[in-house]
Amino acid sequence: MRFWNETFVVWRRQMRMNLRNPAWVIIGLTQPILYLALFGPLLEPLAAQIGADNAYTFFVPGLLVQLGLFGALFAGFGLISEWRDGVIEAERVTPASRTALLLGRVLRDVVLLAVQGIVLIAIGFLFGLRGSIGGMLFGLLLVILLGAACSAGSNALALTVKSEDVMAPILNSISLPVLLLAGILLPISARSGAPDWLIIASDFIPVKYVVNAVREVFTGVFASSAVLWGSVWTVVLFAAGLYVGTRTFRKENA
Amino acid sequence: MSVITARQLARTFSTKRGRERSEVIAVAGVDLDVDEGEIVGFLGPNGAGKTTTLRMLTTLLKPTSGSAQVAGFDVATQASEVRRNIGYVSQSGSTSGDARAGEEVVDHGLLYGIPRAQAERRGRELFEQLELDGMWERAPKTLSGGQRRRLDIAMGLVHDPTLVFLDEPTTGLDPQARANLWMHISDLRQRLGSTVFLTTHYLDEADALCDRILVIDHGSIVASGTPEALKREVSGDLIELTVGSADDVAAARRVLSALGDTTIDQLVISVRTPTAGRELPGLIRALDAEGVVPEAVEVRRPTLDDVFLNLTGRSLREGA
Ligand SMILES: Nc1ncnc2c1ncn2[C@@H]1O[C@H](COP(=O)(O)OP(=O)(O)OP(=O)(O)O)[C@@H](O)[C@H]1O
Ligand SMILES: [Mg+2]
Repeated sequence: MRFWNETFVVWRRQMRMNLRNPAWVIIGLTQPILYLALFGPLLEPLAAQIGADNAYTFFVPGLLVQLGLFGALFAGFGLISEWRDGVIEAERVTPASRTALLLGRVLRDVVLLAVQGIVLIAIGFLFGLRGSIGGMLFGLLLVILLGAACSAGSNALALTVKSEDVMAPILNSISLPVLLLAGILLPISARSGAPDWLIIASDFIPVKYVVNAVREVFTGVFASSAVLWGSVWTVVLFAAGLYVGTRTFRKENA
Repeated sequence: MSVITARQLARTFSTKRGRERSEVIAVAGVDLDVDEGEIVGFLGPNGAGKTTTLRMLTTLLKPTSGSAQVAGFDVATQASEVRRNIGYVSQSGSTSGDARAGEEVVDHGLLYGIPRAQAERRGRELFEQLELDGMWERAPKTLSGGQRRRLDIAMGLVHDPTLVFLDEPTTGLDPQARANLWMHISDLRQRLGSTVFLTTHYLDEADALCDRILVIDHGSIVASGTPEALKREVSGDLIELTVGSADDVAAARRVLSALGDTTIDQLVISVRTPTAGRELPGLIRALDAEGVVPEAVEVRRPTLDDVFLNLTGRSLREGA
């Protein structure tokens, strides 16, 4: 009870700050919409070749994962400026649970992501996205769990390095390979003409399975190994992210 | 009853300079005992280890060695019990520039588990007492430096802690705001019986506010006692005699030597004596007899600055 109260206080404070300065929320949402408008048309003629009936039912899930991944990965930057302002220390000197301090922030990212995701799917419909509504909701759930993992990891990294200059190169060196190898924009498979070594490399990126699963559920297919593996990886990443995050926040000298 | 006890509390930082790792001993084994209801001043120059000590006592930093009990709990093993029983105002601020002043204070109170209505009421009360009226809705980045400092203090006090750590609470405050805060701190003790542990560079502050002073230098406590007792250790008052011309210096010195060791700084001859007031009439008569006409005679009671100089060989004012 106490724990959830504390989480709520932290979350509400974060939400207030975000709503007061929604620029980042809007920029985060504009990016996938630009992809949808400017990159989507290129995919339409390719749809058949990459094994999709509808280019947007294929493309929107990738953008959704991208949204979850990057919106949340960069959330840690906010924590660094809070740390510089002394907010983190002020929160840490109270008896509030360290996990609540993290979870309040992760939940902020979850809420933002849910709203952004719904908007993205709605706009996708305007472009021609069709599919299973239940599947889309399930896909959104997977993306939200993935986003929560990234947010927790990003906040933990921020609290460890406490410097934008250290954080930015680390995040960039993670995010670009993941973006390309997970097949978010274009799938990496024999069908899309990828060489073997690239396919093998992409097999090592857990996010790839999440993307595949979200694509499948969007078409209404639930009972497939891709969905199973994608869900398993999502849960694993979620648990790992929260574990690393809480551990870092609980550390005494952070 | 002792509410803060520290034994051989120490903290080293390792810093990287290029490739080399070097150790900075920030606090080198501090022993402290603070009783309930005391107002204790922690006095020392920049880099002496005040903030580091405070951060260890408030569970923000793990000691490298040694132990401390705060409010009856061990800082290392019972951190959350310690936190529940203290308030802390950090040296460097505690609010987001874009937040709202009032919300920051109320949220801080809520994290201590006090009811919302109480946090709000107490917050508004503190705003009034600390002369922040009308700033409840303001963003901290639009406040002046001194107003922001008072906001930090309001945050640290919103849950009515009975043990408060204040890290240089009055830095950046104008004299009137400073005096107001002193009053507020004394009042805190009177009303709640609170114990206050504060750091400062200002000798007059420690002197006016604190029951007891701990002087820290290079990570170790070099003296402790009431302001009066510390001043008594500096043997007595300082008499400073200024003469009109260089010709008089030798004669004046001869007269003053009767009271103790003299020091000469151009036309100023000074001497320390335990009881300046009683010596003064005789001194003037003797000077008159020698034909020396003093330009000025000044008697200075020992200050904490003198205490510091005496203890460390350095003046506090040079460092601060
Ligand atoms: N995080 C840190 N890493 C490395 N060195 C540190 C760190 N924090 C403090 N120090 C060093 O420890 C020493 C004591 O610092 P501390 O902040 O406790 O001093 P202080 O007495 O509060 O000084 P001031 O009056 O300037 O606030 C200084 O030499 C400082 O450089
Ligand atoms: Mg300090």
